[in-house]
Amino acid sequence: MARRKSWWRGTGLRIAVFVVGVAPAGLLLLDGLRGSLGANPIETLQHTTGDWSLRFVLAALAVTPLRRLFGWGFLAPHRRTLGLFAFFYVCLHLGTYVGLDLFFDWSVIAEDIFKRPYITAGFTGFLCMLPLAITSTRGWQRRLGRRWVQLHRLAYVAGIAGSVHYLWLTKADLLSPLVYTVILATLLGTRLWFRYARRTTRPARSLS
Amino acid sequence: MLIRVRRPGDIDPREITDEGLYLRRREFLRSAALAGGAAAFAAAGAPTASRAARLAPGDLAALTGLVPSPFSTDESPNSFEDVTSYNNFYEFGTDKEDPARHAHTLVTDPWSVSIRGEVERPGEIALEDLLKPHALEERVYRLRCVEAWSMVIPWVGIPLGDILRRFEPTSHAKYVAFRTLYKPSQMRGQRRRVLDWPYREGLRIDEAMNPLTILAVGLYGRVLPSQNGAPLRLIVPWKYGFKSIKSIVSIELTRRRPATSWNVSAPREYGFYANVNPEVDHPRWSQKRERRIGEFRRRPTLPFNGYAESVADLYAGMNLRKNF
Ligand code: HEM
Repeated sequence: MARRKSWWRGTGLRIAVFVVGVAPAGLLLLDGLRGSLGANPIETLQHTTGDWSLRFVLAALAVTPLRRLFGWGFLAPHRRTLGLFAFFYVCLHLGTYVGLDLFFDWSVIAEDIFKRPYITAGFTGFLCMLPLAITSTRGWQRRLGRRWVQLHRLAYVAGIAGSVHYLWLTKADLLSPLVYTVILATLLGTRLWFRYARRTTRPARSLS
Repeated sequence: MLIRVRRPGDIDPREITDEGLYLRRREFLRSAALAGGAAAFAAAGAPTASRAARLAPGDLAALTGLVPSPFSTDESPNSFEDVTSYNNFYEFGTDKEDPARHAHTLVTDPWSVSIRGEVERPGEIALEDLLKPHALEERVYRLRCVEAWSMVIPWVGIPLGDILRRFEPTSHAKYVAFRTLYKPSQMRGQRRRVLDWPYREGLRIDEAMNPLTILAVGLYGRVLPSQNGAPLRLIVPWKYGFKSIKSIVSIELTRRRPATSWNVSAPREYGFYANVNPEVDHPRWSQKRERRIGEFRRRPTLPFNGYAESVADLYAGMNLRKNF
């Protein structure tokens, strides 16, 4: 019984995370080949990859709060995979924008990055995720030690930048970006609360 | 006990968490965290485009005796499928595929339009009677959306000016105000206040009387599909698409400039005029280029969407950067 459970929480979960990670890209590819990405395929790619990137950022950021709230330590090994999927989708997202939407029109791309706040926010998110993806290996983790933990706090900034990007690009219906923002705020809020709780319990402990 | 009348916005009691679950809320919270995550991942799992029900021209009544128009472009039109599956019609939802999916609930027969304000002969008129005296024309027009995409669409319609003249506008009529049907039971998008419903649009009287401006009742030789604004919509081809209000129930001639929905929603981003203008960017994106649906590379956007010859005079001496 115990062995079964740990299989589900170990290998089983690893497979599940991987399947959920590649499925959206697979479906996009399949739909692309069948020509069923809709009337505006580039927009469909842009939106779907953006949505999934943000979802994986939030999923990665949810690991620690869930572990601390419910003791779900078995999630911890999958945080890196979730983060790398977020990076994978943001690369597709950026690739769609640069290569398909604007077709390597660098002057327009540069103008967008500096002039359009929602693109500035998105690009900031991407720039935060880049070093995280590069230093995601065990080797880098060892080499950087404590600084690795500090560096990887950039994940919060990436989440905030992604949410702000989505809020700022939305024309009228803010429901969907607000749902993401509320989830993000909850995740970050939980961390702050843990921190606060730790600080206030420490003196009590030293008294006893 | 209170007797409650259910209004469309009310929460169905069945949607409220039952007491048992509430009492077991710790456990609930735990599983909700899992389920919520799973649902979020499942929600948009399947790409949306393939889900909309496909409409075929044969599903719609044919319109006959159409007169061709010299105003038509000879560019090749977008496919019937593109025109009827990729729509901005927030009354049925904010995704492009939502109108095709949800507009079938709209009841367009019977339909009547109220024509009021600065006219000698105001009244409420049935759609058949509104159209009866006029010949239907086919007008193949470019449509440029403010979101920087465009299509070419073979509309069927009647010059708005010809219709308005029957009601004899007074000399005080300076503007024309239009209003879309407000019926949340049929238009599910109206159940949330994404815009200040009902949708409203307006034109200056000379814009309304310009021969390019039509009231459309069909496309591709068929009556308008619901997702395209059935049974009666405005087409102003030199303005961004949001000016071309759909499913019209009211036309009022006014002395003052009427409030218009997108302008009310975001005045810095959507002006009253909304003439297609590559020189004036939307605050959040460039309007210099557009993607013609079905094409890969963007193409340059033309001033007044390529209709400058017919309409540029209307704005002589006006600062179009200010009056965007
Ligand atoms: C690398 C820089 C980025 C660029 C150039 C970029 C560009 C874009 C563009 C052009 C759109 C479509 C806007 C529209 O249709 O109006 C978009 C949508 C979106 N992007 Fe980005 N983006 C970037 C980074 C990011 C990041 C880091 C995230 C999240 C972590 C993200 C998440 C999204 C989301 C959620 C959407 C909306 C999708 C929808 O409407 O369903 N983007 N982005």
